[in-house]
Amino acid sequence: MEVEDLESQQVDKMETITKVPTAPKSAEDPRYKLIAENIVASYNGIQAVKGVNMKFRERAVTALIGPSGCGKTTFLRCLNRMHELSKNAQVTGKVLLDGQDLYSNKEDAIIHRRKIGMVFQKPNPFPTMSIYDNVAAGLKLNGVKDRKIVDQIVQGCLEMASLWNEVKNDLKKPGMSLSGGQQQRLCIARALAIQPEVLLMDEPASALDPIATQKIEEMINELKKEYTIIIVTHNMQQAVRVSDYTGFMYLGDLVEFGETKQIFENPRNEITAKYVQGQFG
Amino acid sequence: METVKLKGGSPLFDKIFKIAAAIAATYILALITLIVFQLITGSYQIWTQEGISFLTGSDWNAVEGSESYGAAPYIVGTFVTAGLAMLIGVPISIGIAMFLSELAPKFLRSILSFVIELLAAVPSIIYGLWGMFIFRDYIRDWIEIPLNNVFGNNVWFFSGTPFGLDIFTASVVLAIMIIPTIASISREIMIAVPNSQREAAYMLGATKWEVFKMAVIPYSKSGLVGASILGLGRAVGETMAVTMLIGNATGPNAFPSSLFSPGQTMSSIIANEFAEASQGSLHMAALIGVGLILFIVAIAINIVAQLLVSRVLKAHQGAVLA
Amino acid sequence: MITIEQRAEFRKHFRNNISSRQAMDKIVKGIVFGCVALAIIPLGSILLEVVRQGAPALSTDFLTQEPGAIGSDQPGGIGPAIQGTLMLIGMSSLVGVPVGVLGGIFLSEYGNNRYGNTIRFFNDVLAEFPTIVIGLFAFIAIVLTFGSFSIIAGTFALSIIMLPIITRTTEESLKLVPVTYREAGYALGIKRWTVITRILLTSAKSGLVTGIMLSVARIAGETAPLIFTILGSDNFFMAFDQPMDALPLRIWRLSLLPYDSATMQGWGAALVLILIVLTLNIGVRYLFLRKRGGGRFRITAGG
Repeated sequence: MEVEDLESQQVDKMETITKVPTAPKSAEDPRYKLIAENIVASYNGIQAVKGVNMKFRERAVTALIGPSGCGKTTFLRCLNRMHELSKNAQVTGKVLLDGQDLYSNKEDAIIHRRKIGMVFQKPNPFPTMSIYDNVAAGLKLNGVKDRKIVDQIVQGCLEMASLWNEVKNDLKKPGMSLSGGQQQRLCIARALAIQPEVLLMDEPASALDPIATQKIEEMINELKKEYTIIIVTHNMQQAVRVSDYTGFMYLGDLVEFGETKQIFENPRNEITAKYVQGQFG
Repeated sequence: METVKLKGGSPLFDKIFKIAAAIAATYILALITLIVFQLITGSYQIWTQEGISFLTGSDWNAVEGSESYGAAPYIVGTFVTAGLAMLIGVPISIGIAMFLSELAPKFLRSILSFVIELLAAVPSIIYGLWGMFIFRDYIRDWIEIPLNNVFGNNVWFFSGTPFGLDIFTASVVLAIMIIPTIASISREIMIAVPNSQREAAYMLGATKWEVFKMAVIPYSKSGLVGASILGLGRAVGETMAVTMLIGNATGPNAFPSSLFSPGQTMSSIIANEFAEASQGSLHMAALIGVGLILFIVAIAINIVAQLLVSRVLKAHQGAVLA
Repeated sequence: MITIEQRAEFRKHFRNNISSRQAMDKIVKGIVFGCVALAIIPLGSILLEVVRQGAPALSTDFLTQEPGAIGSDQPGGIGPAIQGTLMLIGMSSLVGVPVGVLGGIFLSEYGNNRYGNTIRFFNDVLAEFPTIVIGLFAFIAIVLTFGSFSIIAGTFALSIIMLPIITRTTEESLKLVPVTYREAGYALGIKRWTVITRILLTSAKSGLVTGIMLSVARIAGETAPLIFTILGSDNFFMAFDQPMDALPLRIWRLSLLPYDSATMQGWGAALVLILIVLTLNIGVRYLFLRKRGGGRFRITAGG
């Protein structure tokens, strides 16, 4: 059903694992929150992402997997115009959020980034700010002045990040006083506070121990009821556990994209099969 | 090194070599100890003669029979000029560092870093020469006289007769001289701020300036303070340019009465009067005594700065946050 | 938990008009640009004036003659000052380089302990000593002890100024040599001092030379310590225990004379001095620093 058009795209791709940009049927298809069209990204003139097309469903978790250096993180960073901040980085292509191209206006990156929250590989709370201020940082920046609203959002986001119960009495303590796993959930709360519509996660649990990882995964399962989530992971079990759809990237190309179950149980592409069976990585 | 012994060959060379290296390193400690000792013995006479009033007094009279020495105006002069230089130099340096670490495109970055290092390489005496024969006229005609005309009667620090060789000129040139120091260390400290901090701010929808304010400044604050204090240490110890530009007042007149009055710093009084002081005289002891005070001030400033800067850069290397 | 309705409500509180924030961003960028300009203007002016005012003074006589009578038709030159500066550079390096390199070796190879940390710290402190204080110290320790101003006293003072720079750069260059080089040497049973002198110093050569050249550039421009040590002189070198002239000192003396011809000579001497200092500096950059970040291999002028 829903996956059909994805698959038909993929069949084209499987013939030649090259960039044959397949035009999406309808850019305004309401079922897709975010659509990436022919994204090409490079560092220092070397292409890291070679023309990727991908559609992300609303209220679903899409995982991006692939061996290191396959361009999955770079692609993720193109989705909220973060890639272009790196030195000597270029991006071309379109990213449509609810049909509106994020790359159409050079100036509006600031507004767009706010609509697409991001959680990074390593927890990066602002070290000089308290727990409360870390979550409220984006609110202050974007002109939310009403103290009551700020309090509500901070509490709500900490709850969604399942951190509230652990820190509700220590909101004034520095964010750095938390454990690694707690710091990462604090960063998730911080990203949620600006009320994004999409949440990007770049290997959010790679620096964490198994228990902290489990907490994050449980939280992702909760969050997907409300958010469109895209997660990059090198951990295939994690992809199976948290995602509804999975895209496999290799050497800058999107090799295969489909339902997670299908990708892992019945991959159609030889390289995908080898990768999910752990034959390389 | 068990293997070395097993393979034979006298470990004696090793020992000698290690001892030689240790002696060379210890020489540094010995020098510092000796410097302190010599400055104390060399100025002993003035401390017994003047006591605490050498620090608090302002008379400076080298005429034999009525000799009297007080270093207070020079101590104040040093802090006033160095403080003014900081006031002018620190914001500019932070701005330059921000440009170099956050804004400049790559090619400009290396050119500018080079220019800043050239600025640091120009000897003090040449800053003095330039200040005396070139900059003085500009600063007097374009800044001092207009300020004096407008505010001279109402605001005390703009009063006096602008002459070009005064506390203000010395401070401005001093500021130019400490900018490279502060700017290049600040740049290193800002570069040491992990990119993940910047990304966190960008993700929240920050502009470049907001990223700087939110992620870079708080993270590097203590290092930037350290860099500035290091600049202060330089400014306090700086001699030649100040000596040539400050107008060289002595005695109570050397107390800064306005920006446009001549002054004197600790280092400039030593450089200026050294040739006139005969060896073994009280005058000489007084100059060495001023040197001792300068030494203590400069070292105190420097130790604080070293601790701040090295802690920040070390934290970066170990990727640990204090 | 936040419901969808709440989220819509919250979004209303966000300010979507970012023009004032973007304007602020532009203003700050403008200010920052201004700061850069403010730093470049003096440098440009200094270089321009030194060349413009100094070039007319240059002549063979000016570079080789002893100072004559300023204001007369035989103003003489700055020969002794150039000779003095070159001699001071050579003699100070003779003292400062071996001691500094040995000290750096100690810190890098044997200094991973409390004593090493102490020395490292005080070495950094010594590097920031006001040079006028070092001059006073050399005056008391050498001039007063031996009874005369001399090039020896000047050498002593300048070598102290060089020392911490060389120690620091030596240590840092040695630390850049991969540990495997050391281990390979030790595994072969080579004695430690041989490993250090043959393997490590060779690998760290460019860092060492950089440190030495930068410290030389630094002492070449030092003035304050010379006032108390070499005193200044109108003659070429006579003896090691006699006063001597040097370029920075000569510039200072000339700047205090009320004659235009003296001022012109001062600019001429400044041009020679700045050529020496900048040649050393730019030379180092182009020879060795091209690939490196610069880090602490930086030179600053002294008082």
